[in-house]
Amino acid sequence: MIRVIKEKCTGCGLCIKVCPFSAISKTSDNKVEIDVTKCNLCSACISACKLSAIVIEREEEKKDFSQYKNVWVFAEQKRGVIQPVVYELLGKGRELADRLRSQLWAILLGYRIRDQAQELIYRGADKVIVVEDLLLENFLDEPYTQVLVDLIQKYKPEILLAGATTIGRALVSRVAVKVHAGLTADCTGLEIDSEERLLLQTRPAFGGNIMATIITPNHRPQMATVRHKVMKEAKVDSKRKGEVEVLNYDGKLGSRTKLIDMIDEVGKTVNLAEADIIVSGGRGLGKAENFRIIEELAEVLGAAVGASRAAVDAGWISYAHQVGQTGRTVCPKLYIACGISGQIQHLVGMQSSDIIVAINKDPEAPIFKVADYGIVGDLFEIVPLLTKRFKEVLKR
Amino acid sequence: MKIIVCIKQVPETTNVKIDPEKGTLIREGVDSIINPFDMYAIEEGLRIKERLGEGEVIIISMGPPQAEQALREAISMGADSAVLITDRKLAGSDTWATSYTLARAIEKIGDYNLILCGKQAIDGDTAQVGPGISSWLDIPQVTYVKKIRQITKDKAVVERMTEEGFDVIETPLPALFTVVKEINEPRLPSLKGKLRAKKMEIPVWGVEDLGLEDDKIGLNGSPTRVVKIFTPPPREKGMILKGQPQEAVDKLVEKLKDVVIR
Repeated sequence: MIRVIKEKCTGCGLCIKVCPFSAISKTSDNKVEIDVTKCNLCSACISACKLSAIVIEREEEKKDFSQYKNVWVFAEQKRGVIQPVVYELLGKGRELADRLRSQLWAILLGYRIRDQAQELIYRGADKVIVVEDLLLENFLDEPYTQVLVDLIQKYKPEILLAGATTIGRALVSRVAVKVHAGLTADCTGLEIDSEERLLLQTRPAFGGNIMATIITPNHRPQMATVRHKVMKEAKVDSKRKGEVEVLNYDGKLGSRTKLIDMIDEVGKTVNLAEADIIVSGGRGLGKAENFRIIEELAEVLGAAVGASRAAVDAGWISYAHQVGQTGRTVCPKLYIACGISGQIQHLVGMQSSDIIVAINKDPEAPIFKVADYGIVGDLFEIVPLLTKRFKEVLKR
Repeated sequence: MKIIVCIKQVPETTNVKIDPEKGTLIREGVDSIINPFDMYAIEEGLRIKERLGEGEVIIISMGPPQAEQALREAISMGADSAVLITDRKLAGSDTWATSYTLARAIEKIGDYNLILCGKQAIDGDTAQVGPGISSWLDIPQVTYVKKIRQITKDKAVVERMTEEGFDVIETPLPALFTVVKEINEPRLPSLKGKLRAKKMEIPVWGVEDLGLEDDKIGLNGSPTRVVKIFTPPPREKGMILKGQPQEAVDKLVEKLKDVVIR
């Protein structure tokens, strides 16, 4: 449990300021105390304390994990197409495997999908396990869980990575419970402590206002989902060689849920999570028809269209486009916010984008605080000019 | 129709600010709220009950004693009853240990047809506890549900939001759904509901009531461990591009040229 070592504490109060749960207070003897009913053991205070005066004590038992080998990447496919996030995972996975001096494996589940295994090898996999079954053609929670659990128990990977996608998050959460593994969601940083063979998993919490580094010391595999667009995509090397093993679960898989239909609403526009560029519109657009100017700019840039909650709530655009706390968290290379004031709920969904551009008529709008480039002005004038200029530059 | 809704009390993130000088979290006068996604889960539970003309909506929450407040709020919206799961031994639970604890509580309630959760909590943002619970209970799950098309006591047809649109999924019940914002608009508590919530007795279950195994709960039962917490480096100060609109646009395009040409 957590405790303050009174002899070390000087009552400086740094821990009080960082505690997200307001669980720490000063005592009459100018030390601090922790209200354990409020404390969530998040360890923010431990990181903040310069005197190592706060400790969390736990029962430790070192286990032998020498049977666990290799780094695995779950090669998510949709309609038979391997998703771009998989290539990002292979890029990172290769680096981790090299650090651990182990192999990188890709796990590909689908139906009549084995032809695609070669691409995973070109992108860095040493081995690809392919499982083909009609029940695996499209994602279903139960048979996917069944296969992945079985493979983990059979081959004992040291690390397993999946994309932090709708499929990845649903699947590995279910798997982690069954194999008693530690799982960290939506990581934006992965590194190896090669001495302890630990995966150091860094992820945002509180909507990106704080970052946490998480480890899984006593369970294997160490599992993580990884945010889109953060890791560098693995390059294709068509000279790479690797092994492909095709497995069969003939008649052994089952699913209680049934996929009746898959509806594609985004159509020709890019999906938000995978987009390199997002052009977003907010309240400043005034009405639904005005999203046209956002779409025009997006089209020229090959970008996805995003929106603030205000625009979605007003019914100008569908919820699928909403960026922010109650919508999607995005991390593109370029985010252009047009007529979005930048409420904190919006900022937490896009503030880790590489470059942020804000166009707003109010110079005091909070969006300018996170923007790399801002233009104060009328978006109805600026955005069309921008579309026109980009058209010229890109010769589109 | 017995519906169990799992909710979490979270700090209102709008109040979480970073001290620009010290780079630390300022949380003065922070309010606790029901996790916004869980509000949609509560509302959907109530709507299913209304739609079927019969049923029971039970709210459960695991957290510190003050999470009782969140349960009372859910009661005031119209839920039938609530259970608080609280115990010092549960502190420090990660998603693995939390889903174990909630699953045991759901089993203790028993005879359920449907479990509803929000898609994720806004403090941790993991989206792992819902699927974790269904894994422990070994029942079907559908995550990111944006619409329940049909539902009876033993079957449902729902829409699951995907990156590209949505999937239509049929599932037998009991099952667990996690829901997204698009599914509904949560109602406000009624005055009558508030009075009911005030008087309602909320049972409190601890580790012993649930017969939880010590090595699966709290800090010691959690596979993951936080080793460091830090504030991300602040974004570098941006640049306002001045001048006439055309001039500002030209400057901007010049800056972005390398990013957009691929």
